[in-house]
Amino acid sequence: MFEILEKRILADSICLMRVSAPRVARAALPGQFVIVRADEGGERIPLTIADYDTHEGSVTIVTQTIGVSTQKICSLGVGECLADFAGPLGQPSEFVRMPIEELRRRRYLFVAGGVGTAPVYPQVKWLSEHGVQCDVIIGAKTRDMLIYTDDMRRVATNLYIATDDGSEGFKGMVTAVMKDLIEERGEHYDECVAIGPMIMMKFVTLTARNYSLPVTVSLNALMVDGTGMCGACRVSVGGRTLFTCVDGPEFNGYEVDFDEAMRRQSMYRTQEKSALERHKCNCYGE
Amino acid sequence: MANKIARVAVREQDPAKRAANFEEVCYGYDREEALLEASRCLNCKNPRCVAACPVGIAIPDFISALASGDEAAAARIISRDSLLPSICGRVCPQETQCEGSCILGIKSEPVAIGKLERYVGDWKIAQTQTQIDIPQWNGRKVAVVGSGPSGLACAGDLAAMGYKVKVFEALHKLGGVLVYGIPEFRLPKHKIVEREIDSLRRLGVEFETDVIIGRTLTIDELLDNEGYDAVFVGSGAGLPRFMGIEGENLNGVFSANEFLTRVNLMGAYDPSTSDTPVYVGRKVVVVGGGNVAMDAVRTAKRLGAEAVIVYRRSEAELPARVEEVHHAREEGIEFRMLTNPTRILADDNGWVKGISCVQMTLGEPDQSGRRSPVVVEGSDFEIDCDVVIMALGTSPNPLIASTTEGLAVNRRGCIEADDNGATSCKGVFAGGDTVTGAATVILAMGAGRRSAKAIDEYIKGK
Repeated sequence: MFEILEKRILADSICLMRVSAPRVARAALPGQFVIVRADEGGERIPLTIADYDTHEGSVTIVTQTIGVSTQKICSLGVGECLADFAGPLGQPSEFVRMPIEELRRRRYLFVAGGVGTAPVYPQVKWLSEHGVQCDVIIGAKTRDMLIYTDDMRRVATNLYIATDDGSEGFKGMVTAVMKDLIEERGEHYDECVAIGPMIMMKFVTLTARNYSLPVTVSLNALMVDGTGMCGACRVSVGGRTLFTCVDGPEFNGYEVDFDEAMRRQSMYRTQEKSALERHKCNCYGE
Repeated sequence: MANKIARVAVREQDPAKRAANFEEVCYGYDREEALLEASRCLNCKNPRCVAACPVGIAIPDFISALASGDEAAAARIISRDSLLPSICGRVCPQETQCEGSCILGIKSEPVAIGKLERYVGDWKIAQTQTQIDIPQWNGRKVAVVGSGPSGLACAGDLAAMGYKVKVFEALHKLGGVLVYGIPEFRLPKHKIVEREIDSLRRLGVEFETDVIIGRTLTIDELLDNEGYDAVFVGSGAGLPRFMGIEGENLNGVFSANEFLTRVNLMGAYDPSTSDTPVYVGRKVVVVGGGNVAMDAVRTAKRLGAEAVIVYRRSEAELPARVEEVHHAREEGIEFRMLTNPTRILADDNGWVKGISCVQMTLGEPDQSGRRSPVVVEGSDFEIDCDVVIMALGTSPNPLIASTTEGLAVNRRGCIEADDNGATSCKGVFAGGDTVTGAATVILAMGAGRRSAKAIDEYIKGK
């Protein structure tokens, strides 16, 4: 059992939890994920690690409630326990293994969308701790849905914000901010890392292509075990079928078949909707 | 004459009923039936059944103890060679092992050795009052990676020798393939698997779930930081294979591993207790002919779909247990033999709408000795379906090999180990499917036990 040490509501339906998981905290690196189960009978939910503290033995996850299982996770409070918390899984971000001198000569542009902002944070934090320059664009629907802006400001070289309605920062899409930075302000980047909704990662990749800017994306595919056993997370990358859980979750954006990935992500949508209805009925005794 | 008695038929759940539930198909023998069946054994001087048993169980001895009504003695005799009789009695391919060699099988039917083993195993499990002697700790620790058959067997033997043993399991539930792979209707989890694990707990074996060796901890960390004197790797063969044909990433195509894991491990067959969804659609085609294919197709049927097996060779080559094929047929599974998929067909939204196949014919025998299938030119045809499940076998997960420096693997990704499980790394032993590739429960159990012996010798010699 894995105790919840801290819980904060970051935005409507987005909650942060710091969880006691010493073994996971000791082994975790940026880019990796964990599999979480709220209770006996709960689904195995993959969540990208949002932060880890080796000293305290804790790992931070950020969950957006979209179905029954994420709702169950978010309904737990401080002092309560998650039934399972397994990881760290997947490959760490590539930069973790790059020679530090080479890394310091590079400039990174991170593009974070919605709840995907959380997993961007440990990457920017790791790079800034190693003296690497990172600009970060955070995108959200509205100001209320922005998360991690203060944390990110502390570790990013420059932080740019975009909201769909203009309630904070630039009004419009993150891709427009990318365009502005590169074309108007003449910024140069050596690599772009995009984490967020699949559709955002697709368009960030298309935008980056205009500038021959390499893009890494982190896929949030459906998974069951998360260790390479089931193949639910199959994704076409450069014409080959790979498993997001063991070969990823980060891939070269240019090679990912996003349309297939989005279609596969929607595989259980009908069942998830009816499960949510059932769950609501049970909760409210209807 | 003992052999004039016909093989005692085993009681089974009615096919029409069981095709819609997940309760065990076979009820097994009661005491009277078991003793009668046991009396059929000729107690051969040179028992061919023992030679054909992968772990050499003293079959005539346990059967004659049982025939005289002494279950306890029968259980003791089996336990010399097998730790998991209630499981192996259910899942061993007896027709190619012990029963396939039984002399009675030449003129009539072989002794139902598997059913008798199961009877004795279940009898033993029911004796919960039995005092287990926990041996004095010898001061040494061994880590076991994986809680499947090889890991459980290795852990049990080492604990009985006085080692402190901890089993690390990557998933949230213990049992490995016994839990995520083999369905409830063939091997009850609560009644059998959990009981076997409980008996190891009573022996002092510790278990920790949610630890992925190679990620959460490495083998080297177990040896260097966690104070283990040796490690046994029984991580199985969990990686599913696909055919590499067009359409395999469509919505509605699953590996048998995914389908069975959702249903067995996650309990998706009962939405009132499980949040994990499973999709079966209207008609399911399962590609393959092994036990996993039979498990998948019968599971799909139980979830309400029309279910079909597509296999590229003929019925004689089906690698599945004869009993499973027989049960599948009784349950109304359709078998399309000598049929090989070439392409999976999509509807406008990227979901499966059918599978394109070719007819095969059997040619010359290949390396495995089985006649190899050859395509019949121009025989293309389609089968309508909305789910395709690939049950083409599995290979070992590379996670441990890739994170353990100096651990040698062969071309197929299996860890290289000698007969005693010794690997290229000092203090690291391996056995079961991770060494052999996907095989049987009994072979894995045997390998786990041989490794336990070798680990004991290794530690004593340190």
